[in-house]
Amino acid sequence: MWEYTDKVKDHFLNPRNVGVIEDADGIGEVGSLACGDALKLTFKLDETQRIKDAKFQTFGCASAIASSSALTEMIKGLTLDEAAKVTNEDIAQYLGGLPKEKMHCSVMGRDALEKAIAYYRGEAEKKPEGRIVCECFGVTDMEIERAVRENNLQTIEDVTDYVKAGGGCGNCHDAIQEIIDAVRGKGPVPKEKPLRLTNIQKIKLIEETLDREIKPALKKDGGDIELVDVDGDRVFVKLHGTCATCAASQVTLKGYVESKLQELVLPQLVVEEVQ
Amino acid sequence: MDVVYVDNNATTRVAPEVIEAMLPYFGQWFGNPSSMHTFGGTVGRKLQEAREKTAAFIGAQPEEIIFTGCGTESDSTAIHAAIASNPEKKHILTSRVEHPAVKNLFEHLSKKGYRTTFIPVDRQGRLDMEALEKSLTEDTAVVSLMWANNETGVLFPIETIAPMVRDRGIVFHTDAVQAVGKIPMDVKAAGVDMLSLSGHKIHAPKGVGALYVRKGVKYSPFLIGGHQERGRRGGTENVASIIGMGRACELAADHLKMQSERVRGLRDKLEKGLLDAVPKSMVNGDRENRLPNTTNISFEYVEGESILLMMDRLGICASSGSACTSGSLEPSHVLRAMGVPFTAAHGSIRFSLSIYNTEQEIDFIIEKLPPIIAKLREMSPFWKP
Repeated sequence: MWEYTDKVKDHFLNPRNVGVIEDADGIGEVGSLACGDALKLTFKLDETQRIKDAKFQTFGCASAIASSSALTEMIKGLTLDEAAKVTNEDIAQYLGGLPKEKMHCSVMGRDALEKAIAYYRGEAEKKPEGRIVCECFGVTDMEIERAVRENNLQTIEDVTDYVKAGGGCGNCHDAIQEIIDAVRGKGPVPKEKPLRLTNIQKIKLIEETLDREIKPALKKDGGDIELVDVDGDRVFVKLHGTCATCAASQVTLKGYVESKLQELVLPQLVVEEVQ
Repeated sequence: MDVVYVDNNATTRVAPEVIEAMLPYFGQWFGNPSSMHTFGGTVGRKLQEAREKTAAFIGAQPEEIIFTGCGTESDSTAIHAAIASNPEKKHILTSRVEHPAVKNLFEHLSKKGYRTTFIPVDRQGRLDMEALEKSLTEDTAVVSLMWANNETGVLFPIETIAPMVRDRGIVFHTDAVQAVGKIPMDVKAAGVDMLSLSGHKIHAPKGVGALYVRKGVKYSPFLIGGHQERGRRGGTENVASIIGMGRACELAADHLKMQSERVRGLRDKLEKGLLDAVPKSMVNGDRENRLPNTTNISFEYVEGESILLMMDRLGICASSGSACTSGSLEPSHVLRAMGVPFTAAHGSIRFSLSIYNTEQEIDFIIEKLPPIIAKLREMSPFWKP
């Protein structure tokens, strides 16, 4: 159960300005059915170029409907320059706040407004700028960067709450962290060990670690090691040279190879010898 | 405002008879069933009675019942026991539509190095039996499949699956938390090795569950401690709740006919009433092989949380498989596994009835819900009347 403010509940149960303005000056559509929320915003200007009327249609949860309703109320009477300054934080504040997990609803309102203004000004339909980072929700690096900067976001979870990025499969978490670090002025920090790797990433990292760390050490004693297979978190290896005949090979395998791989690749790896 | 409670797959009202049976064991009879004195021993005998009632309800022997803290504990205990008893086997198998109690445990075990298979379901939520049979290997330690799905009520053919799995020397566990009490159940006839049930889904309190472990199945405890439950689950027993569970099982046995007739009748009336009144609505899941109390209906082009909140204003309690209610950004994994289109998955509502629901309540929902959907659709940019 979400904790909504009375104002959110009011705008959800009694939404203002539902509908579409037929001869609208500005039209902005964002979101999709697949994403779970979508908003169509239309507005009409008066002779002094102020927003005379605004209407919305929204598919989404209570906070999406309330954010849309609030937005239409907020922009009435504004010039387009004034309206362009409305931020997602303004929408959330107008409603007395939104649950953190629902901030993306206010971002959707701001995005629709920007699109509607661009439509009126005849600016080309803006393609989502930048490179797609989150493939599940089609969010670009520029959108993430902007959300981080404008809302002073600190964590990947924050980013998910505001622009949904990272809320699906989770493969983009590293990329999101890099954007957060870059915005927050940290240079490229030593990457923390990722907790989840794809199989290909895992195998590559195991190979690199074997080549860089483990093989040189074994070779000093006249031994060698070969990667045979990786199945889940089980790493199958073959020992060669002196290692293969060494009475202490199990110690080498578990005490050295396994602990090295656990340290540098993934803590849950298990090394097994193939004869 | 009266509450119209149609969310019984989430939890159920504790039956008045159950409360009555439990109360003395909070007060006067507070003894520890393990004690040597008569005072504690009396409580111990009541515990044994509860075990007999629970066992009888599912066709088991009393010594095959282990009381636990919840359905999740029963699932975890069963699956851990199966893999601990077969340490050389590294493959485990389940379905794509399990409750998080099993699904997330399997994902956890997958990270621990187990090879995991998640068997798909079809558009109606029916298990791909061919895929199941093909996936069973000599390396498979355990197969865990739910008897009834919590979101759609769809039943898996456990009686067919259990022998297929056991004939290959693989342990078969079923999460029957949603099925128990709603359909007749006989663990011996079904041939399962282990079966989980939960108190609070059958009008007993929260905080008590049970695990059936067939005599002869290798077992190792999950909670290690004292000799309670014959050393199979350490920890002083939740006496009052276990006694409540025993009473609830007795009542559930008496109510099975009511489930299959009255509750089914009300569910069918609700389903038909809503489908007739609301265009572009559809039932998710196999309507033939389904729990009698559950219906999962999608109202296209509207979002589930909005529907729930508007119903909440009228005291109607139900659930949704929409993204916004799941706490994640994606709709229910069950509906996605079934391939329910996004247009419908986001607007899915689950109604789950109990013997306490009345015809008036069903009429109330049929009267109040269609205007709510109409109002939300008027607001939706995708709705084209």
